[in-house]
Amino acid sequence: MSFHLILFLAFGGICVFGAINLLVHRHPINSALSLIAVMAALAGEYLLLGAEFVAAVQIIVYAGAIMVLFVFVIMLLNAGEEEETKGSRIAIVFGVPGILMGSVLGTWLVLRHSGTEAVPIGALPGHPTDIAQLLFHDFLLPFEVTSVLILIAIMGAVVLASKPESSAGEAD
Amino acid sequence: MVPLSYYLLLSGFLFACGVVGFLIKRNIITIFMSIELMLNGVNLSFVAFAAHWHALAGQVFVFFVMVVAAAEAAVGLAIIIAVYRTRETLNVDQVNLLKL
Repeated sequence: MSFHLILFLAFGGICVFGAINLLVHRHPINSALSLIAVMAALAGEYLLLGAEFVAAVQIIVYAGAIMVLFVFVIMLLNAGEEEETKGSRIAIVFGVPGILMGSVLGTWLVLRHSGTEAVPIGALPGHPTDIAQLLFHDFLLPFEVTSVLILIAIMGAVVLASKPESSAGEAD
Repeated sequence: MVPLSYYLLLSGFLFACGVVGFLIKRNIITIFMSIELMLNGVNLSFVAFAAHWHALAGQVFVFFVMVVAAAEAAVGLAIIIAVYRTRETLNVDQVNLLKL
């Protein structure tokens, strides 16, 4: 099994597990956190495919901005059933250090026995310079149209989420 | 190298999970998250095909999908807040009337 395939299976396993987790949990905050795991693992898959720019945007926009919005709304609306969960003390004490140790050991073992070297930035086909050439030259018109779309989305979100009483008061 | 079909299988699985979640979930926020999962599955197949055919345009399409998804998330969550404000519930079974 090549190093590539091992990484694909690892990230793909996280994706599959997170997607199933999203389905089986009844509380929306659990679903949101599993969706964040799916998106972070997908960023790893994008890196494997040589798409550095898309991987960075995936982490920043999807796992960062959009999911923060989701978690914010879930907290704001106090969504879901009230569930009493007793956090296991052993998991708190040993969980994070255990995961760190395990991932460091696994990485060390895999890197030591695979005989691969780190890929320098820019050696892969998805170089940000080429993406920029496409985005700002070949796809310039769609790019500009998305700015209008985002402007409309901002105004729509503000209008929809503002309180009806206060907006009526301002109109008067 | 990993064959293209593996990426397409993973992409299809993610899309199927999104469809199932969209259909079986009753919480409006979880339904919305299932839509995001479907978009992610499509993005993965876009990037896989871009790498397979050495066509960078696929990655630019993914960028556009992400922009649209961000706009959709902003507007959709605003709609969810508005629905919650008028109905006091997030269960889609109880949001079945257009009038207040």
